[in-house]
Amino acid sequence: MTEPSSFLLSVEGLTVSFDGFKAVENLSFYVEENEIRVIIGPNGAGKTTVLDLICGRTRATGGSIRFKGKEITKLREDKIVAEGIGRKFQNPSIYEDLSVFENLEISYPRGHSVFGALAFKRDAAVRDRIDEIAETIFLADHLDQRAEFLSHGQKQWLEIGMLLIQDPQLLMLDEPVAGMSVAERAKTAELLNRIIKDRSVIVIEHDMKFVEDIAHRVTVLHQGKVLSEGSMSHVKSDPRVVEVYLGH
Amino acid sequence: MRSGNIFLKRNEVVFVVILSALLLVVFPMALDSFRLNLVGKYLTYAFVALGLVLCWGNAGILSLGQGIFFGLGGYGMAMFLKLEASSPEHTAIQSTPGIPDFMDWNQITELPAFWLPFHSLTLTIVAILVVPAVFAWIIGVAMFKRRVGGVYFAIITQAIAAILTILIVGQQGYTGGINGITDLRTLKGWDIRTDFAKEVLYFVNVALLLGCLLLAQFVRRSKYGRILVAIRDKEDRVRFSGYDVSNFKIFIFCFASVLAAIGGAMFTLQVGFMSPSFVGIVPSIEMVIYCAVGGRLSLFGAVYGTLFVNYAKTIFSESFPELWLFAMGALFIGVVMAFPNGLAGLWQAYAQPWFDRIGQRGAPRPISPAPISPTAAPAERRT
Ligand SMILES: Nc1ncnc2c1ncn2[C@@H]1O[C@H](COP(=O)(O)OP(=O)(O)O)[C@@H](O)[C@H]1O
Ligand SMILES: [Mg+2]
Repeated sequence: MTEPSSFLLSVEGLTVSFDGFKAVENLSFYVEENEIRVIIGPNGAGKTTVLDLICGRTRATGGSIRFKGKEITKLREDKIVAEGIGRKFQNPSIYEDLSVFENLEISYPRGHSVFGALAFKRDAAVRDRIDEIAETIFLADHLDQRAEFLSHGQKQWLEIGMLLIQDPQLLMLDEPVAGMSVAERAKTAELLNRIIKDRSVIVIEHDMKFVEDIAHRVTVLHQGKVLSEGSMSHVKSDPRVVEVYLGH
Repeated sequence: MRSGNIFLKRNEVVFVVILSALLLVVFPMALDSFRLNLVGKYLTYAFVALGLVLCWGNAGILSLGQGIFFGLGGYGMAMFLKLEASSPEHTAIQSTPGIPDFMDWNQITELPAFWLPFHSLTLTIVAILVVPAVFAWIIGVAMFKRRVGGVYFAIITQAIAAILTILIVGQQGYTGGINGITDLRTLKGWDIRTDFAKEVLYFVNVALLLGCLLLAQFVRRSKYGRILVAIRDKEDRVRFSGYDVSNFKIFIFCFASVLAAIGGAMFTLQVGFMSPSFVGIVPSIEMVIYCAVGGRLSLFGAVYGTLFVNYAKTIFSESFPELWLFAMGALFIGVVMAFPNGLAGLWQAYAQPWFDRIGQRGAPRPISPAPISPTAAPAERRT
């Protein structure tokens, strides 16, 4: 086994309790560089909570989260982002009152202080980068459109684009294809396969076909604990996984 | 369309010209000195309304305590003018000459230390801008760093406005109490009570207001302004895009408070006194109503809304003073229920399309008909 600090992300003994209810309990897992990790598990297993803990939205009651060897368990959210972690929410979380361009621009990693934002200039570098990202997320023709009027799938892509523009080393996606049409799912899988170069990704997903397409390793969560972990074929043949998750 | 930032959209240049013409030409020509001074007084509240557009309309932070900052600015100016009016020659009959009359009545024999800087006009102007900003910063840090927002923030600002009023009223010897600071006469020897002085101050006030409007417009146009909208929309997303959201909220709250303070200082100059009745809960809520009636998303709307409500108030309170508060409450509820975007919303819905049609008549027709469905409406143009 490799030394834990050589992993990009090390989660060890992570526990969080909401008024005594342990949504995540003594959870440990490790993500390597350039790995695509998929987390699956029944509803309420604590998958979203794990991402909330990593990105600082929820504070752990115990345990540690290390990123590139650095303890980030107690860092403020924007500092965690600055370390190189990007997070997509389960429901598309975009700025409906702004245009697609402006949505991407806000995520552009420059001018993040108050005065930096006041003095921010929309120069060629910004425009080129936004054009490039818009191309990647299939929204090049929608840059001027109000985000409110995008389809559900397009909103999901926009949020992925907002993360890409930050160029995070670890990208966390919470059910990116939920509610998408079959065609949109295929495009999203293609998108994910293109954007995983030079970064690690944690994806929460229910769509097993999609998971098989992209996963390097799969972690199965159940009642806040790891039920099984390994390759897709390993996990699929694990009788405990079949019983609580894949069986129905 | 995607070229660098410009200061104003074409439309807005027209709005600035219209507003300037109204305030700088039409009103001064059409109104007598008394009425013009009244308009000047109304316009001092428009500074507050501008700040509320940014703070409440753009960032979603509702402050029900803007009277605090209007008052701090107003009192700062009043303290300077009062000291000038309390020269030893003017106050020779007092038991302690050279201090403001209300201090003398309250058996105070020496000018309190915090009054001393207000001997200097420069320090006074600095205080008018800095004291409210620091006060707002303290409130902002205490609230926003702890992620207190929404209704709680509104209630707390309201409580602070109430406390400040009680403090001013209670500390009569230092503040002039319930009567406020009255009997102000000259600014650096220049009598501010004459009709001519009032006209000059009116123009100074309008110039400052237009300057603040342009500054506020710059703030909105910047990426900072769009981040405020983003925070109003999805605060968490902004945080997880790597922003310290609290700093953005603190800054806009401080900015709005400085605008309010400038309004307060101009109020004192034009009206000739300052009292706690412009600090507390009722005036603070009235200021929010000016902003709501004008349209909380429109800086221009804020100015017109302030003029409109105050005009209505003057007319109304001349005939039925006791009914005004009810009328204003009804106005507020009516606006919130029926016209959430206020006068500016009405303008955009009815007048603007009409002007656009006129503007297009001369221009060549577009080849394909413009899409009508709302889903095709373009977002605010990138500039
Ligand atoms: N902030 C919270 N407060 C209380 N309970 C929570 C909170 N967040 C999540 N939970 C609970 O934790 C459990 C796991 O939730 P979640 O992580 O959303 O599950 P999943 O994403 O796997 O469907 C659920 O029972 C949920 O009700
Ligand atoms: Mg979930």
